[in-house]
Amino acid sequence: MDQNQLEALIREVVAEVMGAKTGDVPAALVNDVGSTVKQAAAQSQTVIDDIPDDELVDICSHEVRQRILIAHPMDTEMMDRMRQMTNARIGAGRAGSRLNTVTMLTLRANHAQARDSVFSEVDQALLDEMNLFSVKTRCTDKNNYLTRPDMGRRLDDEGRAILEQKCKKHVQAQVYVSDGLSSKAVEANVRDILPAIMSGLESFGISTGTPFFVEYGRVGVMDEISELLDAEVTCVLLGERPGLSTAESMSAYLAYRATIGMPESRRTVVSNIHKDGINSVEAGAYVAEIIRIMLEKKASGVDLSL
Amino acid sequence: MRLKTKLAGEIHRFRDLKDVMNKANEEKSGDILAGIAAETALQRIAAKEVLSNVLLSDLYNNPAVPYEDDEVTRLNIDGLNMTVYNQIKNWSVAELREWILSYGTSEEDIKRVSRGLTAEMVAAVCKIMSNLDLIYACNKIRISAHCNTTIGLRGTLSTRLQPNHPTDNVEGIIASALEGLSYGVGDALIGLNPVNDTADNIARCMDALSELKYKYEIPTQTCVLGHITSQIEAVNKGAATDCIFQSIAGSQKGNEAFGFNTEIIMEGWDLMKKVGHGTGPNVMYFETGQGSELSSDANYGADQVTMEARCYGYARNFQPFMVNTVVGFIGPEYLYDSRQVIRAGLEDHFMGKLTGIPMGCDCCYTNHMMADQNDIENLTTLLSAAGCNYVIGIPASDDVMLNYQTNSYHDANAVREVLNLRPIREFEIWCEKMGIMENGRLTKYAGDPTIFMGRGK
Repeated sequence: MDQNQLEALIREVVAEVMGAKTGDVPAALVNDVGSTVKQAAAQSQTVIDDIPDDELVDICSHEVRQRILIAHPMDTEMMDRMRQMTNARIGAGRAGSRLNTVTMLTLRANHAQARDSVFSEVDQALLDEMNLFSVKTRCTDKNNYLTRPDMGRRLDDEGRAILEQKCKKHVQAQVYVSDGLSSKAVEANVRDILPAIMSGLESFGISTGTPFFVEYGRVGVMDEISELLDAEVTCVLLGERPGLSTAESMSAYLAYRATIGMPESRRTVVSNIHKDGINSVEAGAYVAEIIRIMLEKKASGVDLSL
Repeated sequence: MRLKTKLAGEIHRFRDLKDVMNKANEEKSGDILAGIAAETALQRIAAKEVLSNVLLSDLYNNPAVPYEDDEVTRLNIDGLNMTVYNQIKNWSVAELREWILSYGTSEEDIKRVSRGLTAEMVAAVCKIMSNLDLIYACNKIRISAHCNTTIGLRGTLSTRLQPNHPTDNVEGIIASALEGLSYGVGDALIGLNPVNDTADNIARCMDALSELKYKYEIPTQTCVLGHITSQIEAVNKGAATDCIFQSIAGSQKGNEAFGFNTEIIMEGWDLMKKVGHGTGPNVMYFETGQGSELSSDANYGADQVTMEARCYGYARNFQPFMVNTVVGFIGPEYLYDSRQVIRAGLEDHFMGKLTGIPMGCDCCYTNHMMADQNDIENLTTLLSAAGCNYVIGIPASDDVMLNYQTNSYHDANAVREVLNLRPIREFEIWCEKMGIMENGRLTKYAGDPTIFMGRGK
């Protein structure tokens, strides 16, 4: 008996005990499955939460999201198969014509994760650990960043001055990191991807610039950076707009001799870098390889076939 | 034409009619990004005051994009009924507003006057309407259309079932579709946004949805929302579809950025008339959304409400079966928060209906906007009260392919119950036959996608 069948059986028993009508089993009960601790809160004046942390059910977990909350599917086997064929939230069940509580709360939790990732800043300790100094675009805060993509495509004066002063110029490859729309993506991936790219480039004998971090960065600011530092290939590792399934997705955008105002079609992108997509070490090796090919072919984007 | 006004002792002057139109808009981040929005709250109201006294003939004579430069403007002007226009050309925008809202003005009256309105007139009156004005006015108007079934009749709220899948896996798409159907969703359309825009893939998806429709004899329409040129190629290869889809913009330049022109739309329309599976006469499906023109540098210095109205003026030439604004998809640089998205949704629905096209709305948001599920549930309820033809339905609100959130399969049912609305009648009868609905409510079998197993042809 697998987990779904077990849960279906428990739901059935609960439904009978409660005299509930088919299809209307409160899903809140389903979330108690697996927990051995039941509290008789109503009879107690002081409730002590002594449930061990490792017995808590995480409603954001893959297992909970995969659960089928329909009390009595007509064809249980087919329902399981359907659930496996898509990551859409099917088998959701219902409370009247509304979502079950756990489905609604999981959706809200996933959205909250995504929102927090957009609005949080990258941890300074991580940037220190990675030896990344920071510069800023012309945006002044997150809201300004979200509403003015034009300002996120240009460095502020201080940022230009810092890059002029601290960065090696005329290199073959300039790699840098930027928050984009997900700080969590930077935090989840940069420790692995940046060293992987740098060591890959070193093994190819490609000269590299000084990596740094750009706060409030849009993809297009790489064009100004490329011009300023006179890099042959510029590569930014940037946090992508979070989806509900992951807030940790990073992309690498690369261009050969990027210039301000060049067509978007001149960029090459490696997307979906996160633990359930292309993992960051693998992605790092791939990006280094793309840079090598770009230098050899002196092209990028639609002009380059990989 | 008066281009200035005195408010609280202060004179507010405007450069030209376009400046008045731009600044009369409710606050939108996209207009600020374009550098054309009102600079103060009072200047916004001053612009509305000036606009309220502008004559419809002034708007006719000053389209947002010049007639000579733009086929959207040309289609709008050339398609106008001049008898109607000549009867109303001396009305002010304020008079048009009050005429629409007046007890003495019937639905039939509004539909007749609609034939003499250009997009700029529609946008102008929208700018001096409050949110409840927009809802109240819309509730007077129903625009129906017929493909296999009739959408937009009074008393109905329909849904587009959107069974998207991250890799276009047909079995996964059908699993989502069956779950939606089991909720009584999909009476407007079963319409997939494909990941892969090749003609072969689109043909495969078209045929899968069409087979589903025929297998269970579902009285509805199917469509795959690839690029129009890919859909045409797929249909020419023999794939089955009821409607042809395209995202449209309010200027020729915007449409070119979307990779099509009027000739291509005509080709798709003609193809549907000749080999489409839909009965018709309405076989076209368009999507729009405020801000898309600015994003392709095709707004000609005009605000996003005016450009959106021009999409509707364009769409009506092709007698669409459905048009919807994907209102919250574009992001916070165009519509910053729930306040702006809700306003835009109400504006778009009103402008579409006043133009005479069958409007729906994708009440949605992205994760970098200041909006959440509660906000789009508000918008859905408001639009349904306003008589919106349809909303979207997806599994538990999470679109795993487009990475945004819209209405769940559940939502339309809840709204139907609250506002006493029903699906399209033939579809409701089908739901009753399948045991999903009874007296307009879900039965205990609803929500189980496996009830279809072993049934159908």
